[in-house]
Amino acid sequence: MLHTVNKSPFERNTLDSCLTHAKKGSAILLIEDGVYAVLKGTAPAKKLEQTMKTIPVYALQPDIEARGLKDRVLDGVKLVDYSGFVDLAAEYPTVQSWL
Amino acid sequence: MTETTGGIDMDEEASGIVKKFLYVNRKAPYGTIYALESLEVVLISAAFDQDVSLAFIDDGVYQIVKGQHTKGIDVKNFSPTYRALEGYDIEKLYVEKESMEARGLTEDDFLVDVKVLNAAEMTDLMASQDVIQSF
Repeated sequence: MLHTVNKSPFERNTLDSCLTHAKKGSAILLIEDGVYAVLKGTAPAKKLEQTMKTIPVYALQPDIEARGLKDRVLDGVKLVDYSGFVDLAAEYPTVQSWL
Repeated sequence: MTETTGGIDMDEEASGIVKKFLYVNRKAPYGTIYALESLEVVLISAAFDQDVSLAFIDDGVYQIVKGQHTKGIDVKNFSPTYRALEGYDIEKLYVEKESMEARGLTEDDFLVDVKVLNAAEMTDLMASQDVIQSF
């Protein structure tokens, strides 16, 4: 399953809910305000570090760049463009959008 | 809050009333329309020569982060507008320290000069206003 998260982890608990329910074999893609979770040195980034031991975490690069986060992305997070988003959606049998 | 904004003296003669307006920004810039709408209202307020301050708390601190490039999401990058506020005599920009630090930012990450206040000082700033609009 591909999980997408589009809300800021500082404003909503969407990411936490996703992380609770994402199991091995799935992937997480952060989009829109969800990308703030990758900011180095923050509490959500620490959670993602744990997650990435078992589940790959992706972030949509255009959303990262729009928000000025390009140079502060947590190591290990894979950046994808829109076609990479499509590839991920096609790769996993289902997509769950955490809103 | 002892500074005065330009044009106030003239305006006082004309209308007699200058109020302290605080615009509280709490949302990240592109996920919702709040940040842009706030900026529009702030620019409108500039036309009325009022005593305007802006506060950035919670995710609002992300509105003024340097290096925003929005070409990839096909949305207007309105962050340069914050730098233009000075030209409208809106120079009182405040960032809440706790919000900034929790979000992995420092004062150097902002594209405008701001004064960093702790939550207690921010509370006092809010208490000193005549009008508060929250976005």
